[in-house]
Amino acid sequence: MSLFYNMFTITLMISAPIIIAALGGLFSERSGVVNIALDGIMLVGAFVTAAVVVVLDPTGANSKTAILIGLIAGMAAGMVFSLLHAYASIDLNADQTVSGTALNLLAAGITVYLCQIFFNQQRTPAFIRGITRIDVPVLKDIPVLGEMFFKQVHPTFYLTIILVFVTWYVVFKTPFGLRMRSCGEFPQASASMGINVRRMRYFGVLVSGALAGLAGGVMVLTQDVQFTVVTIHGFGFIAIAALIFGKWNPFGVLGAGMFFGFSQTLGFYAKDIPFLATLPTEFFSMFPYVLTIIALVIFAGKSVGPKAAGEIYDTGKR
Amino acid sequence: MKKREKLAAPLIAVLLGLLVGMIIVIASGKSPVLLISAIVKSFCGFDILAPGPINPRYFGEFIVFSMPLILTGLAVGFAYRTGLFNIGGEGQVMVGALAATVVGILVPLPPVLHAIVCLIAGGVAGALWAFLPGFLKVKRNISEVVTAIMMNYAALYFCNYILKALPGSTQTRTVDLPASALIKSDFLKQITNNSRLHWGILVVILAVIVYHIIIEKTTFGYSLRATGFNAEGARYAGMKVERNVVYAMMISGVMAGLAGAIMVLGTFGYGRVLNTAENYGFDGIAVALVGGCNAIGIFFAGLLFGLLKVAQPLMQSMQIPKDIATIISSTIIMLVAMQNGIIFIMNRLSKKKETAEKGSEQA
Repeated sequence: MSLFYNMFTITLMISAPIIIAALGGLFSERSGVVNIALDGIMLVGAFVTAAVVVVLDPTGANSKTAILIGLIAGMAAGMVFSLLHAYASIDLNADQTVSGTALNLLAAGITVYLCQIFFNQQRTPAFIRGITRIDVPVLKDIPVLGEMFFKQVHPTFYLTIILVFVTWYVVFKTPFGLRMRSCGEFPQASASMGINVRRMRYFGVLVSGALAGLAGGVMVLTQDVQFTVVTIHGFGFIAIAALIFGKWNPFGVLGAGMFFGFSQTLGFYAKDIPFLATLPTEFFSMFPYVLTIIALVIFAGKSVGPKAAGEIYDTGKR
Repeated sequence: MKKREKLAAPLIAVLLGLLVGMIIVIASGKSPVLLISAIVKSFCGFDILAPGPINPRYFGEFIVFSMPLILTGLAVGFAYRTGLFNIGGEGQVMVGALAATVVGILVPLPPVLHAIVCLIAGGVAGALWAFLPGFLKVKRNISEVVTAIMMNYAALYFCNYILKALPGSTQTRTVDLPASALIKSDFLKQITNNSRLHWGILVVILAVIVYHIIIEKTTFGYSLRATGFNAEGARYAGMKVERNVVYAMMISGVMAGLAGAIMVLGTFGYGRVLNTAENYGFDGIAVALVGGCNAIGIFFAGLLFGLLKVAQPLMQSMQIPKDIATIISSTIIMLVAMQNGIIFIMNRLSKKKETAEKGSEQA
């Protein structure tokens, strides 16, 4: 049973950045811009966060402040980086997939380049302390649920849950959210109602940049000891899969993110599970990616994504 | 877009990309002359900082690095003309290399035939790996981009597992392939002062010609282009859009698979266990876009990006982080993606100027 609880807390750790990044993708796609660059933005966020923490907290003495500043810096960096995608795809009518791909490549290039300039190696130095796990008082004593959700859990998981609710409220319960969603469905109609489509889409992409940057920071501080070019290893794309699998809905994204997190965890623990232990390790490294495809095949079905996402906004189109 | 603009835009993007690269190098306190020097030396062995004779070995190695890029460029371009984004070149290159290695080591055949069978195996493996993204796109409306990315990661681990399991493999490489499977060439090696240049160049030239013929000269190619231009229109005209999408992905996969195969059979002569992807698939995107997705353009764009890639170790040895090459190529992709918007804005500006001039004349 303790194996199960261990696996569950690891699942929470791994799924948090997937969910946060997927929520970012939700804002972007709901406003009508496909953001395939989530992976690259996460990479930038992870780099900036790790670099800030390393510089501010060389001894591990004031790790809490350093981590907070690091995460905020990662968010800001992600936002600035996503500005490129916003400008290219909203103002310059670029193919959104191509522009996103360019950003993914650029992220890999620029972060490692900067590592070499600042730290003279292809990665940041290891930070002394990342985000530490906490026990939530009182709640941790609830049977079963306490063990699952409130013991030895990274506080970033609770942040993730809050973000899911905030996203749901903003996107589905406010007039602003309704207007934003309309830009992702039929921007010409939104424009006729006096909505500034361009501004809405900038908002969507920039929020996705901030969230993906945060997701990158959370990922490096909970799952790694330093930033390297493989810190994100495709999680931005898994976040996009979670967005599709979760049907562009915050709670769907939460479930899908937990599912992908669990599949990754299963890979780590396979050696402790008797009937899985005989399989080669490569099989488990492959597992989450294969499972992502299978999940998409089974559950995506008829796509219910925003209709205008990925299309160049042509004001004259009817 | 006018024809002149169509030719000029990618060239301007390349120059601007290099300019951005140089600015970043200067901003990080290094000399841009070193960057240029590394690129020139990688092209022909001529060192502008210490002039001497040119060395054809550098040229040979430059072609060696360009060959797989031309093939992955053709792969991305072929899919793009059909309205698909094949970001899975990475994985298709890996399985192509894997298939060539497996057939090379395990299937004994006479020379020449062996090499040809290995190449075919590589192409077929690439096609099979590319089949699923195309198929799922058609059947389940799942973005080929997401599926292909997942398959890139799957390919990495899958290939490493099989490569390590082959008889005699270590943790980093397989045994050498038998000479009958190789496409190494003593002749090409001699004329380029002992570079690794090999007969893969024939495969590349053949692929460029086949690409040109299929896309520009056949009914099939026409219906692929029509699908890419307007899928609903093509469907209305009676074209089999679903079939086209799957075929286009598979042909695209063949090109990428061949890139992997010629690297194993010509450049290295053994299968390599990789830690991470080598970016041939991603660089292929830059190659295809800069080459305007036509055969000749891709050929030259492949040479350009091959030069950037082969110059990387030299840059690193000159204290310029080699990742500047990635920054330059991603900037070029971004600029090519933006070109329509930039041309539009420039046209509008020049029109405003004209009307302003007219206005002042009238007044």
